[in-house]
Amino acid sequence: MKILKKIVSSILVVLVVSTLVFVAFSVIPGDPAVAKLGTMATPEQLENLRQAMGLTDPLPVRYVHWVLGVLQGDFGTSYSYGIPVTDLIADKLPVTVTMAIISMFIMIVLAVVLAIYSAYHEHSLLGRAIGVINQVIMSIPPFFGGIIITLIFGLTFKLFSPGGYISYDINLGKFIGYMIWPAIAIALPKASMAYSLLLSGLIGEKKKDYVRTAYSRGNSSKAVFYRHILKNACIPVITFLGMAFADMIAGTLVIEQVFGIPGLGMILLTSIQNRDYPVVEAIIVCIAVLVIFSNLLVDILYKVVDPRTR
Amino acid sequence: MNLRIKKNANSIMGIVLTAIVVIPAIIGIFWTPYDPETINGSLKLAGASWAHPFGCDNFGRDILSRIMLGSSTTFLIGMGTVIGGAVVGTLVGALTGFYGGVIDEVLMRFNDVMLSFPSLLLALTFVAIFGPGKYRVMWALAIAFVPSFARIIRAEFKRVKNMDYVKAARLSGASDFRIMYVHILPNTVKVLINAVLIGFNNAVLAEAGLSFLGIGVQPPDASLGRMLSDSQTYLFTKPSYAIIPGMAIIVMVLGVSMIGKEVE
Amino acid sequence: MSDVCNNQTRILEVKDLFVSFTEEKSSLFDKKKKIDVLNGISFDMYEGEIVGLVGESGCGKSTLAKSILGLNKITKGDIIHYSQYPQMIFQDPYNSLNPSKTIEFILEESLKNLTKLNVEERRQKAKKRLEQVGLDDHYLIHKPGELSGGQRQRVCIANALMLDPKLLIADEPVSALDVTIQAQIIKLLAGLQKELGLSILFISHDLRVVYELCDRVMIMKDGKIIEDGTVDEVYRNPQTDYTKQLLLSAGIM
Repeated sequence: MKILKKIVSSILVVLVVSTLVFVAFSVIPGDPAVAKLGTMATPEQLENLRQAMGLTDPLPVRYVHWVLGVLQGDFGTSYSYGIPVTDLIADKLPVTVTMAIISMFIMIVLAVVLAIYSAYHEHSLLGRAIGVINQVIMSIPPFFGGIIITLIFGLTFKLFSPGGYISYDINLGKFIGYMIWPAIAIALPKASMAYSLLLSGLIGEKKKDYVRTAYSRGNSSKAVFYRHILKNACIPVITFLGMAFADMIAGTLVIEQVFGIPGLGMILLTSIQNRDYPVVEAIIVCIAVLVIFSNLLVDILYKVVDPRTR
Repeated sequence: MNLRIKKNANSIMGIVLTAIVVIPAIIGIFWTPYDPETINGSLKLAGASWAHPFGCDNFGRDILSRIMLGSSTTFLIGMGTVIGGAVVGTLVGALTGFYGGVIDEVLMRFNDVMLSFPSLLLALTFVAIFGPGKYRVMWALAIAFVPSFARIIRAEFKRVKNMDYVKAARLSGASDFRIMYVHILPNTVKVLINAVLIGFNNAVLAEAGLSFLGIGVQPPDASLGRMLSDSQTYLFTKPSYAIIPGMAIIVMVLGVSMIGKEVE
Repeated sequence: MSDVCNNQTRILEVKDLFVSFTEEKSSLFDKKKKIDVLNGISFDMYEGEIVGLVGESGCGKSTLAKSILGLNKITKGDIIHYSQYPQMIFQDPYNSLNPSKTIEFILEESLKNLTKLNVEERRQKAKKRLEQVGLDDHYLIHKPGELSGGQRQRVCIANALMLDPKLLIADEPVSALDVTIQAQIIKLLAGLQKELGLSILFISHDLRVVYELCDRVMIMKDGKIIEDGTVDEVYRNPQTDYTKQLLLSAGIM
């Protein structure tokens, strides 16, 4: 029942967001017809184009047209490319999603492995070193991380060739092999945040009474660790995962520029610069939907893992 | 005792790191060793020397001067964003937290929606609406930051509002404005400072990201993000061109977050 | 109502008071829940009397106190004050003084808001009130964080007296304090009452303290006053089983 409510409110949020985006881009100054034809166009040409683009209708009418279109997967026609927006972004969406999922995976693995190590070796030299390095990594903006990765692993050790992106429909293996590097750049700062959260959870749980009781009953320490400590320490991290995934999706838009990946980010940038609003609207709405539904997924996951919220 | 020394060491470290970037940035507003715009073909991608400690960029411009100017742009945008966001956010948060009611509920639902979005995406959207440029970026970021400030301050106002000393102030005949301004606001300062420090870091990172993408600060204004994107072409021949502005961002953000940890 | 006080001037009249709260919604879809806290309370208070208000926690004592002073919204009924600036002493002295202000600022707040006294007159009055509650005037420059619980409660009492009120409502003023301090504060309140001719509504769950301090006592249960009379009447000859129970469990009967 609670989950149903969440789904309904998520759909409402998508609706509100898309409305706001549409209205915002409709009321800002600047005439798309002028943008398309240039300032040299005659008034008649402009008027004809406005008619053809449906710009002469009042805002509510245009909005209803747009929403009805979007519901059928039609985001209108790009001003600058002249092709349907859906065609323009459909094959780029998997690039963004793949990158976000890979970096999510890297983040979880890094955070869990290092946090468990540090929790066991709280006072060892390596455990402390991880703690210090962690604080620095948290401050690295992903695009700079990407540049450093390119410099070290691409240019110096030649583990990949910068700019040598291969599309997923040509060679899936090489595509994923290339995607790992930008994914690491996005994952690192998030991993260090997840690491801190998980570590403080683990250390907190370790000191709790039930863990001591379990140890004193003669449970081997590994079993206690996995059955009790890790599971409870993971609960606060799950909330973080939703936020992290949303940030990662946004992060892909920037990191594409570093690694020369022609994904959603590149189209979004050129469209912002060309004031190609149907494309900008479509990309923002698509990412909003991804973000909202990943949050929904996390909420559901949370209810499954944490018995208290059931 | 040991813990105390450690804590102090941490905050001193934070202040030192912040100062390393912020002091040259503030000097950079008024003075730089060379004119950061002067193009000099003979110094193209020149290495480090006594005259140019960080070398020169692809147009032969002194990198140190450009770093100083770029840091000052980034610093000022960060400050402007945080001040704008904090002032408006505090106002909204204070009024909604204090009065509650339908407006509070509607605004907070709207806020939740905004907050579920990555700040970078929000910033991108607002820049798409306002257009690029130093001041527009500041506006865009400030608006994008209002919801998080509003939420934090609203929660604080809701908490402090129910304290008995606020009720006592009401019995002392204090007006609503006086209660909010004199009796509640000073007790939210600690939380506000922390939010400002975190917000400053987020603003610096967002500005650098936007400028890196080419839709933030526009030439001739220098910006750390812009320098990073220019440096990419010369990454193999002159890696320091990329590393120096990147380090400037990291050191500033790291320093401020270390100070923030102490305030907590 | 109680015949002992009929010859005196009324200071407060509470008529048929109802208060209910609506629980805050946790989500947009939840229905609001209504909780009745006070269900038809009526009583009068007269000049110079100390009235005890006794009941278990959750019976609505604090809500009644706050409603009388206009700190709560009331659902139905009338509250008529025959005196100016009635004041309250709160239960938790750690929560009732603004931590970011000095004692001087706290004490002079009401004078700034409601009187035309100048800086020097305000300070003189604050000093006088501090003295009356047994505190040195060097405490003026301190912040609440530097004071003990007992000292804080003294400051709260001084603060409540700044506007020369005739009616004080003391909401369990000693229950957060150490036992030894409790006696001192009770003694202080009794002394001030005589000195200034105050009326005090003294809320407590401690029947022994009420017996010592009060002239009259009201017993409250489930948002209603179920018994109201002089302390002697009620303690010697309780009319309800509930009051008998309270007296028994306090070891008085």
